[in-house]
Amino acid sequence: MVRLFDTIDEANMPWILAADRALREALGESLIDLVPSYTTLMLHYDCRRLGHAEALRLVESALARLEPATAALGQRHEIPVWYDPSVGPELARVAQRAGLSVDEVVHRHCGRDYHVFALGFAPGYAFMGLVEETLATPRLATPRRRVPAGSVAIAERQTAIYPLQSPGGWNILGRTAVPLFEQARRGEPLLMPGDRVRFAPVSREEFERQGGDTAPLEAAA
Amino acid sequence: MSGAALRVVQAGPLALMVDAGRFGVRHLGVTQGGAADWVSFRWANWLLGNSLDAAALEVVLGGGLTLEAEGAATLALMGADLDARLDDRPLAPGATFRIAAGQRLVFRQPRKGLRAYLAVPGGFEAPVVLGSRSATPREQLGGHRGDGSALVGGDRLEWRGQCGQVRRLPFDPASSVTLVGQRLALVPGSQIAHFTGVSLYRAFNTTWRIDDRADRMGVRLRGPELHCRLSSMISEGIPLGAVQVPPDGQPIVLLNDRQTIGGYPRLGALTPLATARLAQCLPGEEVCLVATSLERALASHQRCLESFR
Repeated sequence: MVRLFDTIDEANMPWILAADRALREALGESLIDLVPSYTTLMLHYDCRRLGHAEALRLVESALARLEPATAALGQRHEIPVWYDPSVGPELARVAQRAGLSVDEVVHRHCGRDYHVFALGFAPGYAFMGLVEETLATPRLATPRRRVPAGSVAIAERQTAIYPLQSPGGWNILGRTAVPLFEQARRGEPLLMPGDRVRFAPVSREEFERQGGDTAPLEAAA
Repeated sequence: MSGAALRVVQAGPLALMVDAGRFGVRHLGVTQGGAADWVSFRWANWLLGNSLDAAALEVVLGGGLTLEAEGAATLALMGADLDARLDDRPLAPGATFRIAAGQRLVFRQPRKGLRAYLAVPGGFEAPVVLGSRSATPREQLGGHRGDGSALVGGDRLEWRGQCGQVRRLPFDPASSVTLVGQRLALVPGSQIAHFTGVSLYRAFNTTWRIDDRADRMGVRLRGPELHCRLSSMISEGIPLGAVQVPPDGQPIVLLNDRQTIGGYPRLGALTPLATARLAQCLPGEEVCLVATSLERALASHQRCLESFR
């Protein structure tokens, strides 16, 4: 485990991305998996090809020469979202906690670019942030057994889109028609660490035209 | 003997197509998957002279899973003793066996261990999804249909390989390292110092009972409560065998289908061999955690890999 930081910060990303690239290069064929997250990178290498001492030496020398990635920061995506209580049952909860109207919650959730910090939880599931402090809402006390694919949700100051139907405890605000899972299952997720994402509200008609599923989701008990 | 198949007459609680696992894609959020008792899985392939990571069947519990051969073949069974029968004849794990067209292979119930591995000549046919044939139902990836499905009645499982030189196991299968023993070796992790002294004492000096909340994602251990001064941490990559301690103080050992990153503090990680042993434990069985060093763990893992000759 390579630890670079001890807080979640958008400024970590150029370093994490640079370390990801440098470590992949340094370990080459001996690398089995490299899992970057907010502040760390976990290395899984093949101990039949590489001894532990040698692995440590390669990692240290790769990190010693590290320069933060600059132009390497990823793509910018605009994700259309239908924000509606029928598919975003926690819109009211978030609005109430923040002392804002539902429209204002939507406006603020769409009001800034989010950085993709890490992928995890499910194929192509991107942890993004940071959500405006006023919207920060804790996870549901009891996770839902089934959150539909495309659900756009927040937890504390993070936001994410569920690529496929799965259990989940985040506050759901709306739904996107962008199909994330098909790309993830080809190994080419739409959203990658370092990318920036901005949500854009669309009408029900537009969402349906994009192929979105309007099946309603009940509010958590 | 080529182009043979097994037909699923009746599905049990869970049987999945597995190989060594899905590697090189964990940074995309895709779980490792693969045979939970990787040692028995490899021996099953070894018995038939297959590549050690050829696709095989992982049969959990048995529970009446019934397979019927469409043609004659030589197969291999390894891992748990699930009271398997070939027609009415008892079939012990740890060896190859001949099956004739129309004969039925039934897995009844666990007598020793939890997961049996059935290998076929050259491995089962299955689409390669993100580099692996392993089924991960939660992620809808891999397996005999490519969409993560477990076996259901009516499925046909095919293979095209020829049977090579069949082999005999160089040890008694009943004493296989993943079927016997209570001691699970654990390499302490970087949060170990954040656990209270009492918790550390308890962690390594109690007998832990396997909870019935156990699946391919993780296995809960029941025993005294452990307390970590870190209630949560920033999510980071989770290795196979990680022993995480959520706020309720009851450890969860993470297996092959675990999520790729997570934020509960960890005592450390079980060695790959100990993780395979745990994957064979039934609810109610007792285990204990024994700390080991990274160097010793690496050396013993190397020895284990070298035993497949």
